[in-house]
Amino acid sequence: MVQYSSRLDASFAALSDATRRGVLEQLWRGDASITALAERFHMTLTGMKKHVGVLEQAGLVTTEKVGRVRTCRLGARGLDEEWAWIERHRRVWDERFDELDKVVAELKLKEKSHGRPK
Amino acid sequence: MVDRSDPPAAKNPVSVQRTDRAVIVKRTFDAPARIVFEAWTRPELFKRWWVPKSIGLQLLSLEQDVRVGGSYRLVFDLGDGKTMAFFGKYVEVTPPSRLAWTNEESEDGAVSTVVFEERDGKTHLTFTEAYATREALDRNFGASDSMPEQFAQLDAVLATLA
Repeated sequence: MVQYSSRLDASFAALSDATRRGVLEQLWRGDASITALAERFHMTLTGMKKHVGVLEQAGLVTTEKVGRVRTCRLGARGLDEEWAWIERHRRVWDERFDELDKVVAELKLKEKSHGRPK
Repeated sequence: MVDRSDPPAAKNPVSVQRTDRAVIVKRTFDAPARIVFEAWTRPELFKRWWVPKSIGLQLLSLEQDVRVGGSYRLVFDLGDGKTMAFFGKYVEVTPPSRLAWTNEESEDGAVSTVVFEERDGKTHLTFTEAYATREALDRNFGASDSMPEQFAQLDAVLATLA
């Protein structure tokens, strides 16, 4: 459980940066070299390596060096856990708001029968 | 980035989004803003819906002094005589369109803001839980009182049962 949480933390930390989200989006469309990504995001090679490193640590990206080129691709794990996190929150809010719907409907009805409060 | 919405259904869908430093929840309600606002600001109404039953926690007490600078406090029963409190202060109270409060149970707690936008008799509600830093969000783990630790424990229990 602890491992799960810290990995998820790493994912969200990785996702908290706009460039890294952009990189994931880019890799969604196709594999790319670090050089290509650096160019695409107007960044130094060192800067992009750092970003890719963070994504790699979080398991969101894998890299493979062939010759002098390091190619990045989306990690097999993808964003499943992030979806799960969102889904878990969404379920809580869904349940909560269903109850709120009932309260709201009741208040609406009351207002209708007693007239709108001034 | 991470976003998920319900498919269209009879009831209004909820969307939850997580950004760098905030969790954002959106939902539409089929009532004017003054009514929805009332349900957020009157304790006897608020306690009827705020605590999801699936969390399995009993709300022992709720105090809401809904005015700028006023406090709120929710106390939950954790069993074995243990309790857990969520508390803070209202920092913005503008009926029927805005409500904001601090979450002071942890040092780096979020500021929660609810915006009620009325259009054609419906209320488009946006709840934002914003942290000072993304690290704070990670630490609190978006504890939008979905109480992630309890969920994590529950997950663990369910996993061992499976």
